[in-house]
Amino acid sequence: MNTTPTRRGYIFLYKRYERFWHWSQAALIVFMLITGFEIHGSYRIFGFQRAADYHTYTAWTLLVLWAFTIFWQFTTGEWKQYIPTLEKVGAMIRYYIYGIFTNAPHPFRKTTVKKHNPLQRLAYLALLSAVSPIIWGSGLFYLFYAYWKNWGIDGWLSLEAVALTHTAGAFMMLTFFFVHVYLTTTGHTPFAHIKTMITGWEEEERH
Amino acid sequence: MNWKILVRAAALAAGLAACGAQAMPSLADKLPKSAKGTADHGKFKELQKVFKSGPEVTRACLACHTDAARQVQHTRHWTWEVVDPKTGQKLGKKNIINNFCTTTVSNEKDCMACHAGYGWQDKGFDFAREESVDCLICHDSTGTYRKLPGDAGHPVYERKEFPAGSGKFVEAVDLAKVAQKVAMPSRANCGSCHFFGAGGDGTKHGDLDSSLKQPGKHLDVHMDAKGLNFSCVACHKTVDHQVSGSRYEFAASRHGPPTPRGKYDEEPASCQACHGDKPHRENPLLMDRLNVHTDKLACQTCHIPEYARNSIGTEKVWDWSTATTMGADGKPAVVKDSAGRRAFDSKKGNFAWDSFLTPEYRWFNGKVSFKVIGDKIDPSGVVEINHPEGSAVEPAARIWPFKVHRGKQAYDPELKNLLVVHTAGEDHTALWHNFDWPKAIETGMQTAGLPWSGKYDFVATEMSWPITHMVAPKGDAVACAQCHQDEGRLKGIDGIYLPGRDRNGLIDTIGWIVMALTLLGVLIHGGARVCVLCRKPRSPQ
Ligand code: HEM
Repeated sequence: MNTTPTRRGYIFLYKRYERFWHWSQAALIVFMLITGFEIHGSYRIFGFQRAADYHTYTAWTLLVLWAFTIFWQFTTGEWKQYIPTLEKVGAMIRYYIYGIFTNAPHPFRKTTVKKHNPLQRLAYLALLSAVSPIIWGSGLFYLFYAYWKNWGIDGWLSLEAVALTHTAGAFMMLTFFFVHVYLTTTGHTPFAHIKTMITGWEEEERH
Repeated sequence: MNWKILVRAAALAAGLAACGAQAMPSLADKLPKSAKGTADHGKFKELQKVFKSGPEVTRACLACHTDAARQVQHTRHWTWEVVDPKTGQKLGKKNIINNFCTTTVSNEKDCMACHAGYGWQDKGFDFAREESVDCLICHDSTGTYRKLPGDAGHPVYERKEFPAGSGKFVEAVDLAKVAQKVAMPSRANCGSCHFFGAGGDGTKHGDLDSSLKQPGKHLDVHMDAKGLNFSCVACHKTVDHQVSGSRYEFAASRHGPPTPRGKYDEEPASCQACHGDKPHRENPLLMDRLNVHTDKLACQTCHIPEYARNSIGTEKVWDWSTATTMGADGKPAVVKDSAGRRAFDSKKGNFAWDSFLTPEYRWFNGKVSFKVIGDKIDPSGVVEINHPEGSAVEPAARIWPFKVHRGKQAYDPELKNLLVVHTAGEDHTALWHNFDWPKAIETGMQTAGLPWSGKYDFVATEMSWPITHMVAPKGDAVACAQCHQDEGRLKGIDGIYLPGRDRNGLIDTIGWIVMALTLLGVLIHGGARVCVLCRKPRSPQ
């Protein structure tokens, strides 16, 4: 039985949970960036202690959110959205370099089974398989520093290595964030993608 | 980790239930009171007589406390000599040179005002004589027992002007009264010497001065007169007159759970003896973030944010090189600073004092190497009178707070050692009497049995004192950001990665350049889109 709501001229792209986790994750990661770079010493907003507290509490919150989201991805089969494909990648690149300036039609049409364009898929896969593990791996070691002795790893793991890996991951995340935000403006109107992510409804392109 | 706490909590709960409604004894109840004991010394016939001298009192004490003198004679309070088990160096006031009055050698008559004995005025002192032990300096409860410089450790037997020529008088001690009111040592007893080290209130330590007789909680949570009111020996647990917690046998770190005054009491004078090495109760989500600091930091480093937290202050500098300079009238001069503390004295040179001081921080493993009398020095740099050893890679080392006292001292430029100077005394070679360096040095070095080239000059010196008293309430502890920043308290501490202070230049440079290029790309791409849109409006649909 198909329970997807319908609306003329629109397709329903993002379900309620999907939108919820996207925006809460976005807020949490922005906050991780803000507090993380304060811990790093790049500026002062909350003061070191509160920045470190908030960073840690936010990390736990993200963990919980991810636990639910991973569960959701698998029960709904939505995880398939992240399977990479090279099909139309060239067309996408040409679109961003050239087509977008000539008002050419977008080479990719979003559907409920293919929500992300091929470049997006690759980017999200890179985020999931590279940036996230770097940040989470190092972040968890950083967080559990007090237990290294019990685990017997204090002899060969240094806080400096962990912290520097974490910082490198944070820079990658920061770069991803800015590119990601910019690409949201590449819909048929600058705020179209954002609107879709808020309401769940994507306007069907008319040509 | 956590299941252990649960088990302990369950055991505690069971124990509490067994006790029924009985209230938990408070910590203060468990600690030794400044005990009155069961014997009223005022009722003892042996003490109801006129005592003419300190040794006479001691003889009376020993009639009952048969082993007391022999016990005291085994302590450093008596011998003023310690062999450091870690370095094998012979230390103690008898052997070291400090950065203040320098040495006791040839100056015993003055210095021994703080010796727990009577009559040590030169090398001839008999260390085996039991009645020379001074019981009262530690056990007086009246606050009237006073020993002055110049009397070789004897109390004031006759009313006398002190300091000479000051117009102030010190009354003779009523020895019988003092003997009848003996008690366990209070802060005032220990303080009568330890608060006044280097000859004045607060001069030497910076974390010990007379404000600790009746301190408020803000000054010291443990000694807080209206709160826990610990005596010194509450922490410096004493057995057979051996006082624990000497600076000469320093434990820079201690592991394990708390064992407050229990059977197993390794390093009883350490914080960890009562608090354990995981003392902070934290939000479990923060994963023992504070407790893990105990792996690198001494408790004192955070919990004593400043020392000399009062108007007494402490001495920061003693420069002997200006001693013997006379005032404008050609006579010995004394100058005070705006707070009434010594700034210059023709006898002693220049001083600098301050209050509310931030400690200097160093790695410290408990081992200190000293320059003792006769040791060679390198006068090309600052001479460290004592050097606290340790580094980040040593498991026993912690970052400790220190008062570093700086100065200038007389040394022999040919033989390259610090000089023993005969300062105190009434004879014509005493520096403070005759203001003549060569004569004072000659007598000093002769007394020490050391050669002197006949030349002298002054060399920059410094001496480090670990800070451990004046523990502040926890709300006043050093805040995280005081160290976790570029210009923080631990700026000079190497061998650790300190978040907020340390970062990798390469990662940061690449990171920020990539960020800048990304923003630039976005601006160019976005700007181009905007321009194209302006020129070629979307065709109407
Ligand atoms: C978007 C995600 C994240 C970003 C951008 C980020 C960024 C940062 C940055 C820049 C630092 C400072 C590193 C330094 O200079 O040493 C930091 C510190 C830290 N991060 Fe993250 N981080 C993120 C996620 C996480 C996660 C998921 C965890 C834990 C699972 C974590 C745990 C920590 C910890 C423990 C510290 C050290 C500060 C402290 O002692 O509390 N971070 N983070």
